[in-house]
Amino acid sequence: MKKLLIETIAFLSVLTFYISPSMAQTKLIKIDGSSTVFPITEAVAEEFQKENTSIKVMVGISGTGGGFKRFTRGETDISDASRPIKGSEQQASRENGIDYIELPVAYDGLAVMVNPNNTWANYLTVAELKKIWEPESQSKITKWSQIRDGFPDIEISLFGPGTDSGTFDYFTEAICGKSGASRGDYTASEDDNILVEGIASDTPALGYFGLAYYEQNKDKLKLVPIDDQNELNGSGPISPSMKTVMDSTYQPLARPIFIYVSAQSAGKEEVRKFVEFYLTNAAKLVEEVGYIPLPAEAYQAALERFRKGIKGSVFASKDKTVGLSMAELLRMEK
Amino acid sequence: MNRKALNNFWDKLFKLLGITSISFGLLVLLALIIDVIIDGYPRITLNFFKSFPSRKPEMAGILSAWVGTIWIMVITALISIPIGIGAGIYLEEYAPKNKFTNFIEINIANLAGVPSVIYGLLGLGFFVRYMNLDRSVLAGGLTLALLVLPVIILSTREALRAIPSSIREASYALGATKWQTIRNQLLPAAIGNILTGIILAMSRAMGETAPLITVGALTYIAFLPQNPVIIKDSFPFMGISFQGLFDPFTVLPIQIYNWVSRPQKGFITDAAAGIMVLLILTLIMNSIAIFLRYQNQKRVRW
Repeated sequence: MKKLLIETIAFLSVLTFYISPSMAQTKLIKIDGSSTVFPITEAVAEEFQKENTSIKVMVGISGTGGGFKRFTRGETDISDASRPIKGSEQQASRENGIDYIELPVAYDGLAVMVNPNNTWANYLTVAELKKIWEPESQSKITKWSQIRDGFPDIEISLFGPGTDSGTFDYFTEAICGKSGASRGDYTASEDDNILVEGIASDTPALGYFGLAYYEQNKDKLKLVPIDDQNELNGSGPISPSMKTVMDSTYQPLARPIFIYVSAQSAGKEEVRKFVEFYLTNAAKLVEEVGYIPLPAEAYQAALERFRKGIKGSVFASKDKTVGLSMAELLRMEK
Repeated sequence: MNRKALNNFWDKLFKLLGITSISFGLLVLLALIIDVIIDGYPRITLNFFKSFPSRKPEMAGILSAWVGTIWIMVITALISIPIGIGAGIYLEEYAPKNKFTNFIEINIANLAGVPSVIYGLLGLGFFVRYMNLDRSVLAGGLTLALLVLPVIILSTREALRAIPSSIREASYALGATKWQTIRNQLLPAAIGNILTGIILAMSRAMGETAPLITVGALTYIAFLPQNPVIIKDSFPFMGISFQGLFDPFTVLPIQIYNWVSRPQKGFITDAAAGIMVLLILTLIMNSIAIFLRYQNQKRVRW
């Protein structure tokens, strides 16, 4: 018994003696942020690691706000964002001495959806959407007939993402005019698949979420074309699609999404390599995961911004990214 | 006579009620399992275990998830078992019965009922931020260790309490010290029940998602923590590395959670296959617990 004990101790001490003093530092790139941008960054990380096996990339999902919280504290190298950085977040980054480079990576469309058995809502105007979703409508607008004359007199049931989501922020800003302004009496879920099931099983339902989820559930949902009553970007109701988002006729429910690269991290070889890989391969990968790529010149411009190390945000200075067309985006980038 | 018939009737009725209750539970469980198997079994291939997660559902696998789960379980066990058993023995055998120990006991019982996400918040605040462990295997393992600790303490105490006091007294009568009594009489008799409690606690920890999401394990990770055993080409040909403890990780329930919320149908299949793997792991652990209890019942005879 005693002998065994001594032997064990001897063996352990020999082993501990040979504990490798911290292995050759493996290179790790830390990314966190929006769940909307996640599929794109994941795709890029997957392809990147196939070519660069010595560099590890981790991509978290903390939401745009949660991601910026970590980013401005210097905990991550890159932050995924489905909206530009906010004033309070810029403040935090200044206080912690974190500079950043802002790079648009894709366009995302929000789709408004109803049940396939809904025969009446063949299009909706932005004003009507506002009437449905604005905070003042809470427990007042409860029937389809209140939205437009001729709609049936049946209860409307609403589905949408929860308040932590960047999609919620964007939709409320684009439709109700203020980020976060929404009625509260709707079924909210962070899991878009639950929204899909909810709308698919409830005839008088209406809801909104990212276009990618509609693409995968076309058979269960009916897409509602949106009329923003602005002749300048296409007249009449327009359905979201790759084409209408790209030519900026599907407005205002299309938005650019971003990655923010910490300027400190951009000095690191592996981060620089990753971001360049991101921007050169984004066009192909973005489409593959169901989003809408920017024009090739936009990626080129972003790449130049990154190489020159131009810091700060051009999009945050504009009040909002609502209705920002591809052409405008390109002009702002340059 | 009449009274007897009535009693018999109630007896039968209660039996029927019991059978209905248990079959309801079992049927629901069976339906869930069958549904998962139908959805997931085409994905259960060797490649599913060998591949990292991917944006393409048909290529995605659970390599980083199951390796992460094993890492986390080992760390959790290494930390929680010695502390849990030690605390249990102290409270049951050594601690004086006074207000202070009463207070501790009540709190341990309460902790066993605290929702797991609260432990996640504690882990985030203390291990991740304050101790600067970042979102590492160690931080996750420590958090889950806290989660299972009360359960292990309670089951250790229950196991010790189940031993008749005549055993203790007989041991003292033969001149054994307190420690000798615990070491040679109580622990061997109680170990079966203690292990059962530990394994049930661990299999609960294995399926936990909430605390690890809070700690920040909800991530795409296509690499493994550094292997602890390093093969070298010079003497002594082997070394140990603790780097893995500080590497980021993901676990099975989180990978499943991630897949379930994806739009592509293929990921639902992946999630179902992941659930099957998790169910089988839990099943194996629970069967070990039952086996140990059975062995123990056979062995211990006073």
